[in-house]
Parts: sequence; C-alpha cells; structure tokens
Amino acid sequence: MQNPYLPYPVRIDTITVETEDRNLKTFKFVFLNPEDEKRFTYKAGQFAELSVTGKGEIPIGIASSPTEKGYLLFTVNKVGVVTTALHQMSPGDIMGVRGPLGNWYPWEILEGRNVVIVGGGFAFTTLRSSIVYMLHPDNRKRFGDITVIYGARTPGMLLYKEELMAWERRDDIKMHITVDATKDPSWKYHVGFVPTVTKDTAPSSENAYALVCGPPIMIKFTLPVLTGLGFPPERIITSLEMRMKCGIGMCGRCNIGTEYVCKDGPVFTLAQLSQLPAEY
Amino acid sequence: MYVNPADGIPRMAKRAFKKAALIDVLNRLKERYRLYAPVRQNDMTNYQELASGDQADFSASNTRLSPKSFMHPQSLCMFAFGTDKGSDQAGILREVEKDLPRSVVFGIRPCDSKAFQLVDVNFNTPEYQDPWWIRRRQSTTLVGMACNSPCSTCFCTSVGSGPFSPDGLDVLLTDLGDDVVAEVMTAWGSEVLDHADIRGRATDAMTEKATALQQEAERSLGSLLPTESLREKNLNALFNAPFWDDVQFACINCGVCTFVCPTCWCFDVQDEVRNQQGVRVRNWDACMYPLFTHHGSGHNPRHQKLQRVRQRFMHKLKYFVDKYDRGVACVGCGRCVQQCPVNIDIRQLFRLMNDFKG
Repeated sequence: MQNPYLPYPVRIDTITVETEDRNLKTFKFVFLNPEDEKRFTYKAGQFAELSVTGKGEIPIGIASSPTEKGYLLFTVNKVGVVTTALHQMSPGDIMGVRGPLGNWYPWEILEGRNVVIVGGGFAFTTLRSSIVYMLHPDNRKRFGDITVIYGARTPGMLLYKEELMAWERRDDIKMHITVDATKDPSWKYHVGFVPTVTKDTAPSSENAYALVCGPPIMIKFTLPVLTGLGFPPERIITSLEMRMKCGIGMCGRCNIGTEYVCKDGPVFTLAQLSQLPAEY
Repeated sequence: MYVNPADGIPRMAKRAFKKAALIDVLNRLKERYRLYAPVRQNDMTNYQELASGDQADFSASNTRLSPKSFMHPQSLCMFAFGTDKGSDQAGILREVEKDLPRSVVFGIRPCDSKAFQLVDVNFNTPEYQDPWWIRRRQSTTLVGMACNSPCSTCFCTSVGSGPFSPDGLDVLLTDLGDDVVAEVMTAWGSEVLDHADIRGRATDAMTEKATALQQEAERSLGSLLPTESLREKNLNALFNAPFWDDVQFACINCGVCTFVCPTCWCFDVQDEVRNQQGVRVRNWDACMYPLFTHHGSGHNPRHQKLQRVRQRFMHKLKYFVDKYDRGVACVGCGRCVQQCPVNIDIRQLFRLMNDFKG
C-alpha cells in the first residue's frame, strides 16, 4: 500500500523571480527517483502539496504542463511559513512533492470546443499549464479557438512574461493582456480590469467553455459578464483555493458543503457551485 | 474486526462464562494481546492499557473520552527527518515505525464500535487509503459490552445503533449479573474467546434473560429522534436556516464536543524540529477553531462562530448523510451533550434540522 502522505523527494533545479515585487517565484523541480516521475502523472488543473521538512506542506497548483517532460513547475506567492521558507531555498536543495492531487479541467469535454481562459494576478498557474497543454503540436488541433484574457495590476506583476509575448506572436491563440494601470508609454496592450476587458473583447460563447481563475473580486465581476455573453453555468469552470492539510479528503477542513475542495475539486463548474453553500 | 457481520459472516453460537472469572479472562488475554479496557480514573472512566494490578471497570455507561484514539491517536508521529543540510538525507522524510501488536479493546460500547464503521468511509476510500487508520483497524479486535442501562443522554437507537447492537464488534458480551453471555460475530472474536478459554455454551435461559435486558434497555431510551427527512431537505435551505443564530449563541468554541466525539476525525499536520531532528505529526483538530480554515492570505471562509457551529452540525446531520448515504455521522453516545459547557444539545439539532420547513 502506497502511503498517500509521503512526498516524492525532488531537487530544486532553477528558481525564477516572476514579478517586480519579487513575491512570486517559479520553482522548477526534478524528481530524485525516475520511477517517481512516472507515478506523478497529472493533468492540467491539478495541484500538489509542496513539502519543506521542518516547516510543513502547502497546496499549490501545478504550473507546468503534462506535455513538459522531466520536470515540474510551481509558482509560489510568499505569504506564510512554508512559502517564506521555500523562497529562501536555493537550487540544489532537496524537498518534497506530494501528488498529483484533486481533479482537473475537463479535458475530455473541452475537446472540439472553443476555450476562453480568463485569469487574474497570480492565479494564472494552472491556466498556464492548460495553455501550454493545448498549444502542444499533438493537441492544438483537438481544440477550437483559444482566447486568453489575462490581467495583473501592473506590467511587472504579470507572470510568465516571455511566454505571454511568444503567445502574442502566434496566430492560433488570441491574447488579451491587460494591466489595471501603467505609466509605461511603450505598453501596447490593454489597460483596464479583467471584467471590463472581457466585456469589451466579448469572446463568443458559441460552442465555448470559459476557464476562470483569479482573485475573488475579479471572479465576482467576471461571472456576470460571461453570463451576459451567453455562457451557461455548466460551461463556466473555476478552480478554488482552501486551507488544506492532507490534500486527499481526510483531514476535514476544506469542505464546501458535501464537497472537499482538495479531492472533489479544486475544479468546479458554476452550476455545481450554485448547489453548494456559498462558504468559500 | 474490519468486517461487518451484515456483510455475510454468519453469527456463531453464543458462549458464556461466570462473571466471577472475568479477572482470569482478562489475565489470559493479556498474555496474548495488548489489552485495553475501561479503567476508573478519579472522577471519570477511560480506556487504558490494562497493566498488572489495574482493575477494569464496566460500570460507566460511557467512558469520558471515546475510544477513537485506538484507531486515530490524538497525536501521531507520521514521518521523521533530519534538517542537517550537509546530510544526503536532508529534506527526505522516512516513515516512523509504528508499534502495532495484536490488540483487544475489551468492553467497548456498541455506539463506539459503530463509530469506527462510520469513520471508515473517511479513511478508507476507493481513491486513497490512510495506512495508519487501516493498520490499527486490522490489528484490533473489539470485544463489546452491551449497555444494560443507557444514560439519560444516550440516543443510539435513533441513529441506527442500539445498546445491544453488534455493528462493528467481533464479540458482544451481555452482563447477566452472575453470568456473561458472549456472542461471537467474527472469526477474530472466536479466536479471542478461545484464547480467553471461554468455551461454555450459553443456556436458553441465559439467552432469554439477555433478550429481556435488551428490550428493557431499548425501551428505556424512549421515543426516537426524527431523522427521516434529513436526506431530502434542501442543503442550501438548511444552511441558510434562521435557527443557526440561536443554536450558536451560547457556544464558546471550546471544541470539547469534537474531542469527545467518536465520529469527529478532523486532524492537523505539523512539523516539529529539535536539534536538527524533526518529525511530521498529525494531531486532532476541530472545526470549532478559526485557524482550522484560515488561509495564508488572511481570508477565512468560516471566520464567524456561527459558521463554525453550523459546519459541525451540518457535517454530522446533512453533508455526511448526503455524501455517503449511510445515515448521520452520529452514534448517539451523548458525550457532547454531557460535556458541552453551555448545554448545546445535538438532539435539539436533529429536531430543528429534520423538521425545518423552508
């Protein structure tokens, strides 16, 4: 019997500072044991528990795509004990990854559909995983139009800037990058909040699903916009965060009504959430 | 044992022994098993390992603490690690060996054994199996003691159990005064009785007396609490019901209800380090505490007392019911009723929730 609480040991390969406030770093992990990498088969939208011995574990969405072999990426915001310790670690250090955990974006259903991705701030990690996954040459033809609306407070707070620019140059993905405000005269993308840009760019809801991740305030104002564009609640999909410990539906803290966010989620449709208490 | 008799293991013949021989029975079991039984500790009774000289005490209807720590210890050392960065083992966890000899819990009440079956659905799932819960379940034989005189706070018959219910037990003992009848439920139970050298057959008179005691005990529990409508109630309507404000008013969020409850299983995981040697431990936790759901960002979905009180009762009487379709997550032991410092009574919640119109 495999112990579901025991992390796989990994080595930190590289650490990339993502944002101008230096509060977000992307960690690239390589498995110490090749067989662990085989066991860690994941889908875009899942998360893992990052384990730092002596500090504890934190649930973080997987930012790499299943199509990226040989490593895992996690983008971590520095907020508490474990994330602070993680931010102080160096390439070469050994730590643990436990997972993959939770459900994923419904790739079986999304096949043959147009996909609209709406992201805000640092909640863009599993959306990055999804975009990289869909853009992979083996997968791109399995999906229709891909539209991305992604916003941050300032240009310096956008994650994965080089990739965003590379996607801008492609013709098989429609990018709408926005910032709340900027004084940079060379900024040539949108300025404005994500809900407004969503409304202005008005992605079609025809045969489309929307994947929405962001801070609660962005979600709150984006959902009515998507509804106005004709997206039914069954085709608006979001991913939730909760305080977690076990990540496998046992420790009891991350429930919303009958559902454990760690095991039954973190991905839910708006239709599912409407059946549950608004306690998140 | 880890098998429900209802799942196909036939009931075996009833045996019996003289109550005066109980001390010999326990001594024989001690030679074979790690033996636990209720023991009087000042003004309360709790389970403890029976060392020589300890006297088991079956006079209390319920122990102060439930026996859940046999399967789910209050504090469990999961893993150990070193933090010396120079070591090639730095950052790597290894499982701490668990001392799990074959054990017998002697004198457990039927409500408490039923609780293990309910909590199994949390720790032993199709997707994940909690190794420590399962190993403990598999190494522990449960010898139950029927309740001849349930407490005034007991309501086991309302929640699918009963003072003589064999659910989850390997043996059910009934104290007839001079004799004790032992009904074997599983092969493990049979083995324990063999090792205790309990081989005499119960007479028809004994069985009749046991049945009479059962009827008297069940009758003493009075009318049943309403549970039949909990399943069909709208979850969000119950969640938003106005009565939560009254229910939570006196609660001081002390969490004693969760700690004494045999079906409360929530836990926390913490790392502790001393002199470069660390352990990852899990400790009982409780939905009564704000930190239980406090995000790193500062956001807390259950930051109000009302939300936490509602969570506990909704979990027991609605979420669990809807999710697993095996009744409420309550076995009617009454410990939370007895020990709540502000007299919040879960029996009132059965009525409020089951009879809620809205």
